Amino acid sequence: MNHKLEIRNLTKTFNTEEGELKALDNVSIEVKPAEFLCIIGPSGCGKTTLLRMIAGLEHPSSGEIILDGKEVKGPSPDRGMVFQEFSLFPWRTVIKNVTFGLEIQGIGREERYRIAEKYIELVGLKGFENRYPYELSGGMKQRVAIARALATDPAILLMDEPFGSVDAQTRNALQEELLEIWKRTKKTILFVTHSVDEAVYLADRVAVMSARPGSLIKCLDIDIPRPRKRTSVEANMFREQLLMLLSIERSKASISV
Amino acid sequence: MKLPGKDMWLWTVPLAIALLLWEFIAGYVVRDPLLLPRFSAVIFSIYALRGVLISDILVSLLHFGIGLGLAFAAALPLAIAMGWSRSIFKAIDPIIEVLRPIPPLAWIPLAMVWFHLTHYAAGFIIFIGAFFPILLDSYTGFRDVPRVLVETGKVLGCIRDRKLIKYVAFPYALPFIATGTRVGMGVGWMCVVAAEMFGVSDSGLGYRLFQKFYFLHQMDYVVAYMLVLGLVALCLDRLFRHFVEDRLFKWKRGIVK
Repeated sequence: MNHKLEIRNLTKTFNTEEGELKALDNVSIEVKPAEFLCIIGPSGCGKTTLLRMIAGLEHPSSGEIILDGKEVKGPSPDRGMVFQEFSLFPWRTVIKNVTFGLEIQGIGREERYRIAEKYIELVGLKGFENRYPYELSGGMKQRVAIARALATDPAILLMDEPFGSVDAQTRNALQEELLEIWKRTKKTILFVTHSVDEAVYLADRVAVMSARPGSLIKCLDIDIPRPRKRTSVEANMFREQLLMLLSIERSKASISV
Repeated sequence: MKLPGKDMWLWTVPLAIALLLWEFIAGYVVRDPLLLPRFSAVIFSIYALRGVLISDILVSLLHFGIGLGLAFAAALPLAIAMGWSRSIFKAIDPIIEVLRPIPPLAWIPLAMVWFHLTHYAAGFIIFIGAFFPILLDSYTGFRDVPRVLVETGKVLGCIRDRKLIKYVAFPYALPFIATGTRVGMGVGWMCVVAAEMFGVSDSGLGYRLFQKFYFLHQMDYVVAYMLVLGLVALCLDRLFRHFVEDRLFKWKRGIVK
């Protein structure tokens, strides 16, 4: 089967003032097309670094990242990214934010707006096209960020704890909306999170990373059928498994420091 | 935001009191038109001078325009370079920091030697005055672009620096550039008068104030021109704020306030 994304023997070492810091150690994963893969791990395990390398914002020290059969060399709109911090351009309205990637590509005005409208409606913000980011709530801002990342029709959507900055209720709502969006667009999604609850609710598969230097400990298939109930017995079982793995890793991290 | 109402006209009260005090002290306490001309005399002067007044204002504005325009044209590219590139900043900043504290007026001898008694000599002094505030505020704007916005630009397709500067850094820095320009305008206008007063030019508000009126001890004319200087500066500032700041920066509403 053709994998959408292949990560082979990825290692990353940072050169800091205190010496060399190994963030990732020989990570290999394969992601299937239209799969929803969550990556969780203790703080500092390198999951954000991994995502940033796939996005092209960092370069691997060794190893390859292969998307649709081609090696990744730098940032590009075929890997859309949603950051944890609010990242909308404050001087642009909602619709101008969403059309940003299309504008860079040189797509004409009418076409841009037509595409953007589609995605703005998809994230449930129809009617807010001409608002500025300062007028939006946190949840709305992230929804615009998702629409913006999707507007360029990326091969894969990378999300780095996108719902970490909003309150718990908004977070749950956004998760449900994301699943809806995923169902409709059939995108491959790579989702980094701290939250086991979030991973169990959203993912087809969960990749658990070890403490720094990060490596892959286990890949868990979440085979609960959708739509999922957050409080089901199966969900709890997966939660327990993951929490146990994480707490072992966390105690390893505190010992090695 | 305060509701318009009684507050709107509050400023007229202290102003009226001050003017009445002035009239009284000048007319009945000091009683020497050489020391303190009366407010009524000053108003009369403005009427008497209405012929030369307009041409003087225009000449001073010309000097101001030359200096400000050149300062803006020189400072902006330099600010982009210094803000965006750490090494360019480190290379050029020491020179800037040595030149900056030199009072613009100290450049008058050089200006006279280089440009003789032309409009460009006065323009040069204003250039020196306006250049540094515009440069400093502008490069701060370019330097402080939040990393998440730069990276968002990259993942949406701005790979080259030029696109990043055009689509991300420049819009972000625009309010900073405006602030610097406004400060530069203030300093520049003050330099206009001093430059003209010291004979760099043979016309303009400053020239006439010092070389003609003061010499002839027409103190009511002197004070009249002082008021005109202040009022022109006020108009310039208000116009700038209305056309540039209010228009361009509605997206900042809710961020600072």
